[in-house]
Amino acid sequence: MLTPTTTRADARALDGRRARRTAETASLGWKLLLLKITVLGLLNAASVYAAMVLFFNERWLIGTLVVVTGALITWIYFQRGALPAKYLAPGVTFLLIFQVFVILYSGYVAFTNYGTGHNSTKEHAIHAIMLQTQDRVPDSPTYPLTVVERSGELAFAVTAQEGEVLVGSADAPLEAIDGALVEEGRIVDVPGHTVLSFTELMERQQELSTLAVPLDEDPNAGALRTQDGQRAYVYTSRFVYDESSDTMTNTESGETYTDGGEGAFVTESGEQLMPGWRVNVGLDNFVRAITEESIRGPLLYVTAWTFAFAFLSVASTFVLGLFLAIVFNDPRMRSRRYYRLVMILPYAFPGFLSALVWAGMMNQEFGFINSVLFGGAAIPWLSDPWLAKLSILIVNLWLGFPYMFLVCTGALQSIPEELTEAAQMDGARPFQAFRQIKFPLLLVSIAPLLISSFAFNFNNFNLVYMLTGGGPRDIEAGINVGSTDILISMVYKVAFVGAQSDYGLASAFSILIFFIVGTISVIAFRRTRALEELN
Amino acid sequence: MGESQPQRTSMSGRSFRRWFVQIGWRHLVGLAVVVFAAFPLVYVFSASLNPGGTLITANTLFGNPSLQSYVDLFNRPQQPFAAWYLNTLFIGFTASAGSVLLGALAAYAFSRMRFTGRRLGLIGIVLVQMFPQLLAMVAIFLLMLSIGEIFPAIGLNSQIGLIMVYLGGALGVNTYLMYGFFNTIPTSIDEAARIDGAGHARIFFTIILPLVSPILAVVALLSLVATLSEFVIASVLLRDPEKQTLAVGLYQFISQETSQNWSVFAAGAVLAAIIPVVLFLALQRYIVSGLVAGSVK
Repeated sequence: MLTPTTTRADARALDGRRARRTAETASLGWKLLLLKITVLGLLNAASVYAAMVLFFNERWLIGTLVVVTGALITWIYFQRGALPAKYLAPGVTFLLIFQVFVILYSGYVAFTNYGTGHNSTKEHAIHAIMLQTQDRVPDSPTYPLTVVERSGELAFAVTAQEGEVLVGSADAPLEAIDGALVEEGRIVDVPGHTVLSFTELMERQQELSTLAVPLDEDPNAGALRTQDGQRAYVYTSRFVYDESSDTMTNTESGETYTDGGEGAFVTESGEQLMPGWRVNVGLDNFVRAITEESIRGPLLYVTAWTFAFAFLSVASTFVLGLFLAIVFNDPRMRSRRYYRLVMILPYAFPGFLSALVWAGMMNQEFGFINSVLFGGAAIPWLSDPWLAKLSILIVNLWLGFPYMFLVCTGALQSIPEELTEAAQMDGARPFQAFRQIKFPLLLVSIAPLLISSFAFNFNNFNLVYMLTGGGPRDIEAGINVGSTDILISMVYKVAFVGAQSDYGLASAFSILIFFIVGTISVIAFRRTRALEELN
Repeated sequence: MGESQPQRTSMSGRSFRRWFVQIGWRHLVGLAVVVFAAFPLVYVFSASLNPGGTLITANTLFGNPSLQSYVDLFNRPQQPFAAWYLNTLFIGFTASAGSVLLGALAAYAFSRMRFTGRRLGLIGIVLVQMFPQLLAMVAIFLLMLSIGEIFPAIGLNSQIGLIMVYLGGALGVNTYLMYGFFNTIPTSIDEAARIDGAGHARIFFTIILPLVSPILAVVALLSLVATLSEFVIASVLLRDPEKQTLAVGLYQFISQETSQNWSVFAAGAVLAAIIPVVLFLALQRYIVSGLVAGSVK
């Protein structure tokens, strides 16, 4: 830059500018450094805190992972070099936890019986069974009781026969406590706890009546319960758990339940004692999906419809979108802007709302379409198995054609007009020229978008769930599915809708979707060679 | 466009037929499409102006217009619409800002740096894009359930937890779109800045980010719209009505009382749609370019 003709003044000015810029850079660097230290400090504080809480709860593995991740991130940002890692770390951390890990975890859950009645560990199940079936011991001593609270959780404080004060809650068996204050036979103060007033007791009556405080670590010892918040009595369960033989015995009927290996206590005749607990069941969920007729039938049906729905959606929106793109691609036509503006409205309107509005319009008794357009006819748009499928496709056409119109217009305009003109010179009719010249060129640029549109519709949960809820329900199926359900809405319904949740089976279905989507993507990538462009 | 002007003024029967065959029929198609596209939106707007209306009374378009339903909407203790609206905006804007930041950081690394595992990383991101997060909804629910047992603030029924889950999808959805755009900015700009002594962070934040702002706008809008409409994960994670989003709340609203309070629902739908529709129309140009580059709503 410094040519021989540059004067010294110029050079000085240049130096000054450079110095200023350096100073600026340095000051920005200083601010950035401060920001970096603050953010990383907060992050480390959070991770140490989280790890401590986790260790306290005996989650050793996860706690260790948290510490290691925190240390790794700190290391990444405090060493020189490894620049790419500095830019990738934040996104990758979230990606690993909430996308990669959860996919692997789905795989794990698919091999368990996790679901309603099998939510927790065996220990919890034993505890819950014994709680459900408690009777008051006929000759139970009376324990004078004071209800106390510790961080929102109710606990019992009672005076034992020997006069010492015992405190316990639902999770912590009774234990002697020092320093409690007893006045006229009533406990009035317990260290670390707050004594509940009478009004507070009344407010939490419901909670109080279900509270059972174990006498001992041994679940067979029984528990204290109260009706009035003043006196507690010993209750024992009808069931006795024998740890050495791992059996539950009903003391009234004498029936013995053994651990059948499938996550529940069962009698010899096969009667189950609920709740059970979570166990690995191997391939059971997959085997059930294939062999049980009441699941296999709907599964095949839903899979076929998912493919048909995704394919027909792409085809119908593409045909209409392309047609409109051709119609509006004539520069001689006036007011195209306004048509275009209205046409993209369905795309701008949030999809879930559109589906809900269409559901109202398609209502059989009161909807606009039947009442006004069809003069009061009662066409079952959403409740007939086939019409409901048609309705879904119509609504998806409405939702999807603007997108296809936009991309087809873009693609058409990028094809030089000369090609068509040349073909027409050679005697091709307009349609011929379009079909044989423009259309193949258009497909080349649109094909990847058609594939991603297929993948999108394959999991178009919102439309199906908001419009028909997957219904009309298939009454013969052993699971909650209907004739418009697609795979993803079936997963949702099996896992979260209704009284029975079967997370294991739902995850097995998700794994199936993963394989289908994976196969489609592999084929798509082979075809479009999209991955080869990456460099 | 101006060429058809003289033809029209001296329009005889024959030239009208010619005009119709060449151009006129396109307007007929246009009108039909406009009716098809706009009708449900006109219908929902009219239904929202129909006070105390049910599905049946909504069938008389714009009969007896009044804003009463909009007032009623905010006075339903069972369905806290105002809270849903604010929740949706909070979750939507936070998640979309976070996604843009995470995506831009990663796209910058992929576009400007050469490192081992780069190609693998890009392929990984394209592959991850194929598996939307909602496929793992059961596992996400169970994960948040167990996080919530120990850290209630970020577990089940927590909006922060939901935002974190959304951020997990950020790289997969946005990075590739941004990567393409980053590549169109010449590297000579970075080099010039580096020679002048700017560090990598300064180059990224003060030079590159302003240059790629169009794609940032597109990604921000697309991820905002996606978050506003997201139902599955939000419905699974957010339990209290006070914490829910519009998608979850309005769906429950309508499934509890389909036809009785249709006009109140319609009012809610109109208000919920305003922000995405206005943003969409305002940023139309950018979005169309983003769409052609390969993102689906």
